[in-house]
Amino acid sequence: MQKDDRGNFAIKTFFLALLLTAIIVVSACMGYIKISPMQVLRVIAAAITGDRTPLVEMNHVIPYVIMAVRLPRILTAAVVGAGLSIAGVVFQGILMNPLADPYTLGISAGAAFGAAVALISDVMFFGPYTVPVFAFTGAILTLIAVIFIASSDGDTSSNNLILSGIIVAAILSAGISFIKYLADEQVSIIIFWLMGSFGSKTWPDVFLTLAFVLAGFLICMFFSRDLNIMSLGDRSALSLGIETRRVRIILLITASLITAGCVSVSGIIGFVGLIIPHLMRFFVGPDNRALIPVSALAGAVLLLIADTVTRAVLPHEIPIGVLTALIGGPFFCYIFRKNRIGVRRG
Amino acid sequence: MDKLFSIRNLSFSYAQKPVFSHLDLDFEKGLFYGILGPNGCGKTTLLDLMLRNREPESGHITYKGNNISDLSRRNIAREIALVPQDFYINFPFTVREIVMMGRHPYIPRFANPSSEDVNIVKRVMEQMEIEAFSEKYVTNLSGGEKQRVVFARALAQDTPVVIMDEGTSNMDIKHTLQALNIVSNMVKKGGKSVIAAMHDLNLAAAFCDRLLFMKTGQTIMGDTNDVFNEQNIKDIFEVNSKVYFDMYSNSKQVIYRYEK
Repeated sequence: MQKDDRGNFAIKTFFLALLLTAIIVVSACMGYIKISPMQVLRVIAAAITGDRTPLVEMNHVIPYVIMAVRLPRILTAAVVGAGLSIAGVVFQGILMNPLADPYTLGISAGAAFGAAVALISDVMFFGPYTVPVFAFTGAILTLIAVIFIASSDGDTSSNNLILSGIIVAAILSAGISFIKYLADEQVSIIIFWLMGSFGSKTWPDVFLTLAFVLAGFLICMFFSRDLNIMSLGDRSALSLGIETRRVRIILLITASLITAGCVSVSGIIGFVGLIIPHLMRFFVGPDNRALIPVSALAGAVLLLIADTVTRAVLPHEIPIGVLTALIGGPFFCYIFRKNRIGVRRG
Repeated sequence: MDKLFSIRNLSFSYAQKPVFSHLDLDFEKGLFYGILGPNGCGKTTLLDLMLRNREPESGHITYKGNNISDLSRRNIAREIALVPQDFYINFPFTVREIVMMGRHPYIPRFANPSSEDVNIVKRVMEQMEIEAFSEKYVTNLSGGEKQRVVFARALAQDTPVVIMDEGTSNMDIKHTLQALNIVSNMVKKGGKSVIAAMHDLNLAAAFCDRLLFMKTGQTIMGDTNDVFNEQNIKDIFEVNSKVYFDMYSNSKQVIYRYEK
């Protein structure tokens, strides 16, 4: 990273952080009950300081709507967006493949299978957290299976990992189809969960995802320069002093845990983890030390906008996963084309 | 002379197919070694074992008297640089960023490159004549240009030993000679050591102080003048040739009989 680049990077990070804060406030204003930005800021200030005087002249419904309904949902969406984007950057880096995303190794299929089992069998071992716990367990078991299959020759090469991921995901998809076939009237619940939603999220959801994403973010940042060098290939990275096998397995597990944490709370939201790393590579370059934090912020912004559109702008909620693709896809095509043309002319 | 590498009783095989069994070799400091042998004879495997990228089945390799399996990977990276045979990268790093990666073993985690790091990168980019495209994306370069960048990255590592695995195979003749002259001068004037797996016998004869001919189950090591001869080329490569001393290049050279 050159000096002037780093200056740009700081400005870009600050700009994105500011944008995210603004969008959080604006989203909190939007919805069935219209609330002004000032009221939102007063409610948040009151919640942080514990001083309730700013709220005395306010309709008592407003603090409740903001603190109990809207903010948990908004923050969960932002945290999940950040988590999926970080995981996307890391998976693309480890697998040395720009087409990888958080779901390449079958984590989503594992989570979906776990959730489908919980939804069809009506078990309630963990109360309202039964489905997330099953989804998380499914994701982790899938990860273990994929690593086990891929490491049969003593090393986990990216080709082995991708291939194992595809195979395991295919088996699980067949399992999910079978469960849907058995499910009769519950099939709509399964399909709805699979498409992802931030409806009725609570503060525990926020803190749970935040714990996964924040811890994962710190680990990924710790190894971010190693990840840069690993894109040269294993032989070069080894000769530059990187313990590639160890770093690869640590980052693989970290990114998978981030993904599993996000997916088990929100369902399967595609596209964010694929396009945000690409867009941000155009924006700040491929250096993971800048790419990871910037992608986290941009992912939070994108998913929050998508969730706000489906929650407060559209007449009916449509699945968030569909919307991220509808918003992000065309934008990505535009940037991609513009960038290719730039390369050809440059 | 001091021993650089000592290989003792080394055995290695891929899926039951033996590549080396009970191999003994010595490499000395301050020389340019060329490794010559047919495809699949284990040149790359030998270099990987010397870099500890692979672990031997039995036997051991010492570097300057230390068993390399006792050295940390970071310490090896400060001693031995590798110019790999093939190189592909999917992400648009600039040429300067790639060359700076050669300084990785010296830059502490979370620290920025020092002015010394920046100067070394600048110097090797000038040496390899790649500063003209230093801000270009490495993904947009031709195969030969990429290899010059990779070569510069290894030089930026500034190590006492440079290992080259067909490190010039994609370069045009001008840049091949330039790259070999740079490392050759490092050996002659800087007291460094170079070990290069090569395919071009004439370049090897012109630049190397010593040659290692190898094929499965057989190695011949010696001074270039002694071992670069028709008999060894016939033994190792199974081709007929004529070796002669060439005045213009001031070295032994080989020519072949072609079927026409």
